[in-house]
Amino acid sequence: MVSQARKSELLFSGSDWNFAKLSRVYDEIEALGTEELGLDIYPVQMEVISSEQMLDAYSSVGMPLMYRHWSFGKRFLYDEFLYRKGARGLAYELVINSNPCIVYLMEENTMALQALVTAHAALGHNHFFKNNHLFRQWTDAGGILSYLDFAKGYIARCEERHGLAAVEAILDSAHALMEQGVFRYHRPPKLSSEQQREGLRERLEYEERSFNDLWRTLPPSQGKSKPEAGDEILAERKKSLKLPEENLLYFLEKNSLVLEPWQREIVRIVRVIAQYFYPQRQTQVMNEGCATFVHYTIMNTLFDRGRISEGAMLEILRNHSNVVFQPAYDDPRYSGINPYALGLDMMQDIQRISTAPTAEDRDWFSDIAGRGDWRDTLLDAWANHRDESFIRQYLSPALIRKWRLFALADGADEPHYEVASIHNERGYARIRSALAQSYDIGASRPDIQVVDVDLLGDRHLRLQHKVKDGIMLEGQSRDATLRHIRNLWGYEVSLAAIDAGTGATLSERWTKEL
Amino acid sequence: MPIFIDRRLNPKDKSLGNRQRFLRRAREDLKRSIRDKVRTGGIADLDREHAVPMPRKGTDEPSFGDDRQSGRRQHILPGNKTFSPGDLIDKPGGGGGYGSAPGTAESEDDFRFVLSREEVLDLFFEDLELPDLVKLNLKQILSFKPRRAGFAASGAPTNINVGRTMRNSHGRRIALRRPKQAEVDEIAKQIAELEAKQASAAVRERITALREELERLERRRRRIAYVDPVDIRFNRFDPQPVPNANAVMFCLMDVSGSMGEREKDLAKRFFVLLHLFLTRRYDRIEVVFIRHTHQAKEVDEQTFFYHTESGGTVVSTALEEMHRIIEERYPVAEWNIYAAQASDGDNFATDSERCIELLDRKLMRLCQYFAYVEIIDERESHIFGSTENGTSLWRAYNAVDGKWPNFQMRRIAAPADIYPVFRELFARQPALRKSA
Repeated sequence: MVSQARKSELLFSGSDWNFAKLSRVYDEIEALGTEELGLDIYPVQMEVISSEQMLDAYSSVGMPLMYRHWSFGKRFLYDEFLYRKGARGLAYELVINSNPCIVYLMEENTMALQALVTAHAALGHNHFFKNNHLFRQWTDAGGILSYLDFAKGYIARCEERHGLAAVEAILDSAHALMEQGVFRYHRPPKLSSEQQREGLRERLEYEERSFNDLWRTLPPSQGKSKPEAGDEILAERKKSLKLPEENLLYFLEKNSLVLEPWQREIVRIVRVIAQYFYPQRQTQVMNEGCATFVHYTIMNTLFDRGRISEGAMLEILRNHSNVVFQPAYDDPRYSGINPYALGLDMMQDIQRISTAPTAEDRDWFSDIAGRGDWRDTLLDAWANHRDESFIRQYLSPALIRKWRLFALADGADEPHYEVASIHNERGYARIRSALAQSYDIGASRPDIQVVDVDLLGDRHLRLQHKVKDGIMLEGQSRDATLRHIRNLWGYEVSLAAIDAGTGATLSERWTKEL
Repeated sequence: MPIFIDRRLNPKDKSLGNRQRFLRRAREDLKRSIRDKVRTGGIADLDREHAVPMPRKGTDEPSFGDDRQSGRRQHILPGNKTFSPGDLIDKPGGGGGYGSAPGTAESEDDFRFVLSREEVLDLFFEDLELPDLVKLNLKQILSFKPRRAGFAASGAPTNINVGRTMRNSHGRRIALRRPKQAEVDEIAKQIAELEAKQASAAVRERITALREELERLERRRRRIAYVDPVDIRFNRFDPQPVPNANAVMFCLMDVSGSMGEREKDLAKRFFVLLHLFLTRRYDRIEVVFIRHTHQAKEVDEQTFFYHTESGGTVVSTALEEMHRIIEERYPVAEWNIYAAQASDGDNFATDSERCIELLDRKLMRLCQYFAYVEIIDERESHIFGSTENGTSLWRAYNAVDGKWPNFQMRRIAAPADIYPVFRELFARQPALRKSA
């Protein structure tokens, strides 16, 4: 070890960075990550940006390309306000799930920070994006940038042809339904390639040009059978429309009778982008945990081998501890559970269970305790879990005690919170399951589906909200959102609140009442 | 080895388009904020950036969300210190949940952002884009300022241009083959070397020849001066006319009872606009506020706009006061004088003649420009379509209008009128230049 330390030298000194240093550090970190931790990453493209450009990137939901919309302008002003006021710093980096993986580095960072960020984003996040099953199945890292380029250009062309106001109206309505614009349970179709999209657009244009209203006037064919019993028609109808449908944007895009082809395409663009971000929302803890674990491990290894000076390491550790700071619930700084902290602690806990388990760990995690192969366990977890399942499987009693987690039962009509469970023998499993539940996007977002529409009749679109645990929708935003649905659908829309347990209708809201 | 791209030099303001879309969306709210600013702030305050509160209307982004007031939930929180299962904790008032309840909504209430000067003006003038005011031609008093204009062969010693002089000297020395110091030194050195040797006849002869050569060079050097008077060049300055950089703006307003909030607001907008216009043209602007009832008085801006005074209306007092101030403080040779008068047109019956006389004899000779705006009721605007009939002051001023090209008068009924009127007032300026 001593001879090795003498042989190797510092990767960098001083706080200024330059491209030669960045490159040297990246190569070293990549070698460490792939050899020591077994990471598997996309090629990396590092882009140096200024703080203003970082604010730009914030406002366009972190993407390098985005179509234009006023809400991004609002976002930008808001972020800028907080930043200028000093209420919030900017991220040191931004990473985009694309192939090659794009990492933004802020020019203000010191060299030590750039090294930290490289390990965090270029290795940690990158590995997660490439290997996690949600990202592999649900997003197309290779195609997203060219798709956004297409989307930006397409919407700009629509603005030229149809006016800003018309495009804005469609985008507003589609944005309101972004949460309901994802497939949760079956895989979305892959992004079509450039040529296919071009072909589709040409076909739409051809249809627009060659549209002939005369066809509509043909008399209906004679041999049609008479209407059958109501239930059967209903079943038939639902089957033909593939109802019920949870993806409202998809349903509207395919079935709305009032949308022009270009409007459909815009709805589709919003839907594709919503779908792209869906896995990120389900894997916050894991994604950040993975990146934090990777940077922590790599930086410590580099320091142990004498490649980083003590000063730089101190700076890195200081930033690291800021990132993973978790105040207690009664601290004024508390604003929810810090995904960096939870993710890192759980992963280090897995490391501990794997190498130095206690008797309790052997009880709870008989399959991994004491096997010593924490690398494989973590690689497997990163590849195959999302937040909810990861917590359900790996949150250990030791960690619950360390964090002193407790569960509060909160009934809206009761004057008190009740402490339901604490970190004791009876509470571990409950807390673990409740925490996992809170990270289940599918369960915590309102479940709204299209249940029925009679396209040949009054075209009344029926939506259903499955009410779980008595949690209703907030009235004002519900009405505003319904208005947006009506804009896209063009006819009457109603939303019924159905109790998930009993099936009783709790309330129903029609757009004509608005 | 990753790919590095340095994006720092990329064009900034990538989200400018989004900002514009956002401002258009929130237009009504922002307009109101700016209007309030104008109402409460000073005249000179408008022409800069302004922080405005985040508009709320039309900029919310609704989506389906849970109602926090209903249902049963479970929160998992870190940092338990004293609780045991079954403990009851009082909910904080208002039902907003614990400081810890998830999804604490960020309040955007006190969120303000900065509008640039152009955006403020655009909002202020209600969709009218400001033309390039600087291009409009104004009659102006000229003063002179020396400006560099090449070189001269004569001038004051302080203006010698050393570079140019030395260049000439160098050229002359080359042309006349003035021996260089190095040549002289070389010969002197040769002589010294030869003298050190043994004195043979050939050497002595050589030394003499060299001495003569040295003598010749020295003579030549004396005759051809290093710097000759013909080399010397001076910086030449030409007096150039420059526009006078000072302007004073007189705001004259009738504050008698007949001028209400609306009239004052309109007048103020007009004054603001004139001030803006002058700011672009001149380095230094002073504003003088003169208000009058049956007597006139110079006041500060606050008093001018916000204090009412009762009394009759004698317009000529204001003109006299203005004349007095000009005589006292603003000599015409140094100041460009602009005046804007706002009134509802009322005047004491026989006073109008006096006003005509004052303007005709005295003031119009001193002023660059005198604008009179009459603020009328919106219902009257169609009646007073033509310039012929009108209030007593209007009819009186009509006579002045015909005589003096730098006198302008218009009627204003609504905020939207102001800008077109203003533009019209100044659009006639090129014609003025011809006649002047």
